[in-house]
Parts: sequence; C-alpha cells; structure tokens
Amino acid sequence: MLKNVDVVINGETFNVPDNITIMEAARRNGIKIPSLCHFPDQRVKANCRVCVVEVEGSRNLVASCSTPVREGMKVRTTSARVRETVQTILELIFANHPQECLTCIRNENCELRQLAAEHGIREIKADMSTPLLPLDTSTAAIVRDPNKCIKCGRCAEVCHHVQTTGILYSHNRGLEGAITPEYGKTLSEVACVLCGQCVLVCPTGAIHEKDDTAQVWAALENPEKHVVVQVAPSVRVSIAEEMGQAPGTIATGKLVTALRRLGFDKVFDTDFTADLTILEEGNELLHRLKTGGTLPMITSCSPGWIKFIEHNYPEQLANLSSCKSPQQMFGALAKTFYAKQSGIDAKDITVVSIMPCTAKKYECTRPEMQSSGYQDVDYVLTTREFGRMLRQAGVNFSVLADSEFDNPLGMSTGAGAIFGATGGVMEAALRTVYEVVTGKELQKLEFESVRGLEGVKEAIVDLDGLPVKVAVAHGLGNARKIMEKIKDGTADYTFVEVMACPGGCIGGGGQPYLTRKETRMARMDAIYEVDEHMPLRKSHENPAVQQLYKDFLKEPLGEMSHHLLHTRYTKRGL
Amino acid sequence: MEKMGKSVSEIVAELGSEKGSLLAILLAVQDASPENYVSEAAVNEIAALMNISRSMVYSTASFYSEISLQARGRHIVRLCINAPCEDAGKAEIQKALEKELGIKLGETSADKLFSLEGVSCLGVCNMSPAMKVDDKVFGDVTPASAVRVIREIREAAKQ
Repeated sequence: MLKNVDVVINGETFNVPDNITIMEAARRNGIKIPSLCHFPDQRVKANCRVCVVEVEGSRNLVASCSTPVREGMKVRTTSARVRETVQTILELIFANHPQECLTCIRNENCELRQLAAEHGIREIKADMSTPLLPLDTSTAAIVRDPNKCIKCGRCAEVCHHVQTTGILYSHNRGLEGAITPEYGKTLSEVACVLCGQCVLVCPTGAIHEKDDTAQVWAALENPEKHVVVQVAPSVRVSIAEEMGQAPGTIATGKLVTALRRLGFDKVFDTDFTADLTILEEGNELLHRLKTGGTLPMITSCSPGWIKFIEHNYPEQLANLSSCKSPQQMFGALAKTFYAKQSGIDAKDITVVSIMPCTAKKYECTRPEMQSSGYQDVDYVLTTREFGRMLRQAGVNFSVLADSEFDNPLGMSTGAGAIFGATGGVMEAALRTVYEVVTGKELQKLEFESVRGLEGVKEAIVDLDGLPVKVAVAHGLGNARKIMEKIKDGTADYTFVEVMACPGGCIGGGGQPYLTRKETRMARMDAIYEVDEHMPLRKSHENPAVQQLYKDFLKEPLGEMSHHLLHTRYTKRGL
Repeated sequence: MEKMGKSVSEIVAELGSEKGSLLAILLAVQDASPENYVSEAAVNEIAALMNISRSMVYSTASFYSEISLQARGRHIVRLCINAPCEDAGKAEIQKALEKELGIKLGETSADKLFSLEGVSCLGVCNMSPAMKVDDKVFGDVTPASAVRVIREIREAAKQ
C-alpha cells in the first residue's frame, strides 16, 4: 500500500511517497543530485557513484539513485564530505577522459562537462590516460568513440532491455573494461540496427550520429547543385525543442523559413510521400486480402525496424510491405518526377533529408535505393544536426516568421503528419482503407485504440461489417513480442505497424538529447494537434498525390510505382 | 576431463538455460573443449540456446579470468606472480618452467599440451612459491619439483 513518509533533506522536511528513491525525492523538491549512469525510464544501475549522499546513521555514503526513502531519514546532499567525494569521482572520470571538450560533438550538451562545471572542477589532478583506441566509423549512421565512454551502461541498458538488439554490453574488467559489441567488433560486423537509441541516452560524446553537416553545407554552396530538402513529420514537433523551446512546441512554419535561410532551393515535405505511402501500402493490403497474399502485412517505414527483421526474423520478410519508406519514395520522385517537371537534370539535384533518425542515414546508402539511376537521397541530417546548422548560421529560430512548403512535393494531409507517432501509420492507413473498402465517408477520423505509449496496441477495426484485426508496436522489444507470435502462428492480425523507436519517430534516435517518456508524450500530443488543424486529414484526398498519379505514376501498385516506390529486403541473419 | 567432447547443446540441456546457469555453462564448455577455451562459435551457440545476446555471454566470459576466450593448451599451469611468491623464488621456477615447456609466460606449448599463465595469488602464501596445475595447487615449489610435475603430466598424456 502506498503511503507517504517524511524525509529531511539538507535540513528541510519533505513529505514524499515511500516507494521512491532519495534522488527522486530530492528532484521533486527542487534539489538536483548529480547522476551519470542513472537515466529516467531506465532501471537503476548505481555504478557511477556521483549521486552519493550522506544519510544519518549510515557509515558510508549511499547512492541516492538506488536507495529508497524511509520515514525520518535525514539526508545531506551538500556536506563537505559529499562535495569532496563527488569532485573526486568526477576528477577520476576525467583522469582518463580525453581533454577535447572544446572540439567534442557533445560540447553543447555533454552531461559530464556539465557536471564538471556545476561541481567546480578546476584541475584534473591525476592523469590515468590510456592509449587512444580507434573510433568505430564502420557504419553510415553512428560513430562510436570508446575513448569518451565513461562506462555508465545507459546504452547497454537501452540496447538490451528496450530494443532487445543486444549489441552493446560491458566487457572485460578493470582498465580493459569497455562497452562494445562482443569481441570488440565494429557495429557493422554485428546485427546493430542503427536505431540510435544508444546515442539518445549517452551522456558524453562516446556514441553519436555520423555528422553530415559539412557535406550539406558544401552542396548548398555548390552553384552546380539544385539542393532540395524534405522534412520528416516528427521534426516539426522537435526542432523548436532542439533550439531551446519547450518539448512539444509545433514549429512547421518556422521550420520552412529556417530551411530557406540555410539556402535550400526547394523546401519539401516528407508528409507528402507519407500520404503517397498510404496509397501504395493501403492498396497493397487490399491486394493481399483479395489474392490471399502473406498476412499479416507489416509496415516498412522504419529503417531500424527493417534491419532488425532482416537480422532477427529473415524468414518473415514476406510479411513486410514492399513499400519504400516515405524518405526513399521522396528521393526517387525528386530525381525522376520533379527533375522532369522542373527541367533540372537529376544528376544536378541533391536531395537532403531532415530526419528524427540515425538509421535513415544508413537507409539512403542501401544499394537498392537508387531507382532514379542515382543515389535517391544524398544526405540525411538528424534533428540535432539540423539544429547545429541553424546555430552555425546564426538563425534565431523562435522569432522566425512562418512560411509554406514548396509545391508539389510539399502538399500533405494530417494523415501524413501522424506518421511521426507510434500508431500513426496504422491510423492513416485505416482512414484511407476504410473509405476505399466501404465507399463511405469515415465519420470519426481518430482511431484512439492505436494511439498512445502502450508497448503493443491491438484493435479490431470494423470496415463496414468486415472486422480487421490490427496491432501496433513501438520499440524493438515490443516488435519482437509480435514477431514471436507471428512466427509461431498464434497471431491473427491482418495489418501490423512497427516503429523501431519507443514512441515512434517522435522518440527517434536522431531527436534532441534528454528524450524521455514525458518529452515523447509532449511531442506526440503535438503531432496529433498538427493533424487536427490540417484542412485535409486523409491521404487519398491529397490533391498533389492525386495529380501525381494522374500525370506520372498512373495507378497505385502500377509499373511506375513498382519501379520507384517499392523495394526488396535482404536476409541477413545474426 | 570426463566432460571432454560434450557438445554445447548437451551442456546447456544439462545445466539449464536460465540466466543464472551461464557461468557454469561457460566453465563446462571450456572443460569440454580440446583447446581448453570458449570459442566464438560456442559463445554464439550458448547465446542462441539461452536466448540471450552474444554480447551478454561474451561479457561474462571476458569478466572471469577462469575462462579463456583464446585457445589454450590442454593443461593450464598457473604460476603465482605476487610479492610473497616473488620473494620466495618465483623467478627461478618461472625460468625452469619456461625452459621445460619451451614457451614464455602467457604462451601455449607447440604440442598444445600446456599453457603457462601468471596468476595473482592462489591463496596459499604460507607455502610460497606456489603454482596451480589445472585444479591442483602445489606449494613450496622448487625448480626441480615444478619440472617433475610437467613431466608426469606429459608421460600420462602419452599413455
């Protein structure tokens, strides 16, 4: 039974629930206790020790992240003993941490640097530096710098317990201790899916996205290049946060203005190809239902998920929709349809994507993603890299005026926008499939049963008398649960949506640091608000998509679509 | 040695695939390996059978010095290299063992029969210098007695 207790922290008495830790009790009452290994939403690790506090009656200092409060407990977080201990621990961490803060990719937001500042570290007394280890630059998406790893284990926690990809874990002991794939392999040698959830929780510069901003600056500067940019749905609810505003701030119009300021020739919207995805994928589902194709059909927008199923469930690839992701559909159209329409040679077009995702960097380099005859998408920037470019360009984001996306690849509906949240692709598809199947107008557009942060959501949707069972999973641990059911034949789903990252793209590995459950919820609410305010909210009503079919693609699943918008998968295994 | 030749799947079936069995499984797999170690193939197989990640298996295997991830000789000769044994004449014993085996500390003999390892304390400082061969601890070792132990094992292996 939950009850409250009185605890005294630094002489003040606070009444708090008895099931929380000292750290949490302090936090709720405006006292920050430093932490490195501890991260919201994660299990307690208690290995870094910077959160130690003095508890009356206890001989040793205790880790506040793992010690529950109890009635009458007297805690000191600022005694000389605590302050000196925390400083010593930080100095010891710094003693074998590269002193490269000035040039480190995390210099704006490194938690270790922040703690050093807060705790008055003015001198690194010991030098325990070990020979520098090589960086892992083996993938197109993620760079691992083992020298900056403080072995807090946050990445291993998310990699094993949230994503169940099981790549990063602590190995060896003592000075040789490291958090790596087994045998110190590179990320490209193991079944890493490049989801970047490790990046999102790393407190230092030990694991980060491969920074592609220099290449994008170069393309923007190159007079030979016509540089177009596409923006993923979820970025419009996270870029303002990246630029210092509150999580969940909607900034669609400012985002467009900001991209123009950076010098992009055309600012387009991935929401457009999200709508297009619904037309292709919805028709693919109907086709499978009519012809007895492989069911359940599973969505294919999330490149981390695609790589996961290729590694972990290669025998299940026929369940995947053959649709490319909206990013790749956009790239293929930009260098064919748009090239033709604008009279610009595809070889002179550079396609840049702003994505909430690290795996998208890898996706665009997949050999099959060259339907236009060129690499369809040239560069992918995460929300964080986009923020870095804006800061470098001196863009004061919050005061920007709104502007509109360019046409035709900038026209979209609310259905395209909700792709950014878990359940969104499912909901967008249901809005369209319902109307196509029944020929009736959908009265209530919101499919509440597929919304929210529950790990696996199931629903039975009534398509005018035809019950269709659907499921939605976000986070690969949840995807695994569904895949096990599909594998052993106990799943009776027709259609399944999977997103690699918790919360879907709004919680993607390329999103602003300190992403946690509450920020995910704020961004998710914002995405549904974007949808609510769109004049059109069903993909098949997007006039630019209708025009595209009329002028260029002809029909969903047609020959042109097959060539440009659909793809194939690779059995990878472990 | 009676476990020699047992397959990884037999060992896992015998010891159970609960997480808590991992250390016992790794030791048994090492015992069953003719090269006295846990191979990468074995790490992968254990992970699949226990339904845990390869890196988790590797983590435990790389943490304990009792487990080797590199092929070793059939018999492990561990010579204590800590201060009390050093004081009591460890250097002479090391020289004798290295000469007898034709290898340096940390290496494996050409016939794959012995690996010579340094170890930090065997817990028998009262009879330093000490060494341990497989499961058996020898105290008050002399260069001659160390060599004798090696030769006895070699003879036994010939039978």
